[in-house]
Amino acid sequence: MHKRVLLWSAVTVLGLCVFAGCGKQDSDVTVLRVANSEEYIDEGGWDAEETIELEDGTEIRGIHPMTEDFEKWYQDTYGEKVKVEYSTYGTNEELYNQMSLGNVFDLVCPSEYMIMKLMQEERLQPFSDEFFNTTEPENYYARGVSAYISSRMEDLNIGGEKLSHYGACYMWGTMGLVYNPAEVSAEDVKHWDMLLNPAYAKRITMKDGVRDSYFIALGILNAEKISDPAFIQAADYADQLTKVMNDTSQETVDQVEDILSEMRKNAYSLETDSGKADMVTGKVLANMQWSGDAVYSLDQAEEDGVELAYSVPEECTNLWFDGWCMMKNGVAKDVKKQKAAEAFVNFLSRPDNVIRNMYYVGYTSGISGGEDERIYEYVKYCYGAENEADVVEYPLGYFFAGEGETEDSRYVLWTTPDQWNRQLYAQYPPEEVLDRSAVMNTFSTETNQRISQMWTNIRCFDWSDIF
Amino acid sequence: MRFSRKNLNIPYVLFLLLFVILPLLVVCYYALTDGQGQWTLQNFRNFFTNGKTLGTLLYSVVIALVTTVVCLLVAYPTAYLLAKGPFRRGGVLLVLLVMPMWINFTLRITAVKEILNVLEGNLAYHPFFNTIFCMTYDFLPFMIMPLYTSISKLDDQLWEAAQDLGARWWQVMWKVIIPMSMPGIISGVTMVFLPAMTNYVVLDMVYNSTYIMGSLIGSYFSAYDWHNGSMISVILLLLIFVISGLSSKVAGDQTEQRGGVTL
Repeated sequence: MHKRVLLWSAVTVLGLCVFAGCGKQDSDVTVLRVANSEEYIDEGGWDAEETIELEDGTEIRGIHPMTEDFEKWYQDTYGEKVKVEYSTYGTNEELYNQMSLGNVFDLVCPSEYMIMKLMQEERLQPFSDEFFNTTEPENYYARGVSAYISSRMEDLNIGGEKLSHYGACYMWGTMGLVYNPAEVSAEDVKHWDMLLNPAYAKRITMKDGVRDSYFIALGILNAEKISDPAFIQAADYADQLTKVMNDTSQETVDQVEDILSEMRKNAYSLETDSGKADMVTGKVLANMQWSGDAVYSLDQAEEDGVELAYSVPEECTNLWFDGWCMMKNGVAKDVKKQKAAEAFVNFLSRPDNVIRNMYYVGYTSGISGGEDERIYEYVKYCYGAENEADVVEYPLGYFFAGEGETEDSRYVLWTTPDQWNRQLYAQYPPEEVLDRSAVMNTFSTETNQRISQMWTNIRCFDWSDIF
Repeated sequence: MRFSRKNLNIPYVLFLLLFVILPLLVVCYYALTDGQGQWTLQNFRNFFTNGKTLGTLLYSVVIALVTTVVCLLVAYPTAYLLAKGPFRRGGVLLVLLVMPMWINFTLRITAVKEILNVLEGNLAYHPFFNTIFCMTYDFLPFMIMPLYTSISKLDDQLWEAAQDLGARWWQVMWKVIIPMSMPGIISGVTMVFLPAMTNYVVLDMVYNSTYIMGSLIGSYFSAYDWHNGSMISVILLLLIFVISGLSSKVAGDQTEQRGGVTL
């Protein structure tokens, strides 16, 4: 009997360990559970020669992972201990499913449409008033977020609540076409319908994602309407454009289905990440990419001696951003956690950390730095070419000074002419590109079903696929 | 009570309960409920009344069937030669053939893909052919192994005996060797057919963007539709039960026959 009892208790203890997680945390250490996309934060370990030296003498180098630096900073600043439990996910949907399965996080970083979905489900905790207090020196987010980005975020409301109270912009961008200028004419990539062009049959790829594909198809479907000067010059252009690019009526979904079926037949593949490699080898001539990935693709191709370029089609582009949000079931009852979560966002928004993350990730931060010039200096460090013979102006005032301040002379960058369709254009698009950008809202449950059914339909078997 | 050998299976039973039975019950629960938690068969009804999803089932079966047949056609002569051929070291050759199995299959497919790419120029024009080619390459060892084992067990004198009784070589093959290696064929077929129905990674890798059953499950899950995703899983599970039931029945019959012959 003894042995049996022993065996069972051993098994039970083992089981408990597995389910409850062994060991208890120190009670004076706040544990912050952070979930973020993969490879979306500086993990440190830079070589000395990677050190970024700005013109004003600032040297920036990521030695330790950002999360470790935060723990240290938090203790130095607030005298309290915090431990970051950092985990990653592949897609927004994966994060959502993880949370539905019972994973609890305090701070997550989904895209705008997922933030909207979580807001609708009342699962987010708004940031405190203290977080938006710009007189506090440690409030790097409130003090540094680009006025342009926050004004675009202000436009977004869910159920009467402002999205900007629930999400703090981390990275943002547009989407466009990365193409091989040696074989694709710059004229063709000005329009989304180049993806349907038989001249590039089986030499373009689509993204294996329903939202992006749907947006592009809407751009093709409405090309004529939204390129019409009368439409563009109308006073409510931005609202109308947003409306067109968020049309999910059954009729539109059916038309999109036809376009996407055709596009699939024209496409080399529906890629998830093979796109970049296939562009370098020349198998693929053009594909749709998010701006940050485009920067990475262009950089990689350059290393391999291939010159790629980036274009944002004239019809419309998708303005997206990923933002930090606090989960209600994580932080709501815990003041300390909420404070730590807000401090984490602020720490990531400190200009030197912004630069570290941008360097590491390739995407564009929503932080312009406010009074702090270092982020603009970093852009200059990357793309500035004042001393070269052939340079052009690239105004960035809209982002660093505020909407409509495009010509602010402090923020006009001198760069090489090719940057007008290369990395700089992807990372910091000019204001005219953003003028024709629209945010794509989250789909309602019913719409989501309709659109995923459409997506399944175009992916299901068709006899002509054989041979 | 003393500690008996029976207690040794406790870890196994626990493992089975936690990681096989419990998840299966969860899958069945989701398959048989709707978004509101009501019991329903609507998920299944949707599947069997939608031409597109049925097309996916058909496509998966066709892919799996063609892969299995091609595997069998390639593997049988190979296994036969290895087991009975004039090689002094058939075992070494077998190891050579099975060796690719030690390398991760995505790496192998990446390599094959490059070869196909050179031959075809643009892979995207032959998605079906490429899929079958890579699947066959991937699963071939699983077919050769059981065939080799069952053919090498056959008595060499059977061949002579059959010829003495007037059978031509093809008659010997068709009437004696193949029926007697049936258990190997059956286990090879089950080892290839079932995984081939869901191995969507191969399709992704060769740029075949048509869904098979495995990818359909994934698409439902990424649209937060756990009920329909689970429903497809249950259908696959039932299919697996049916096929393995059938094959064990056939295999059972064969063993009896074989017993009759050899005794």
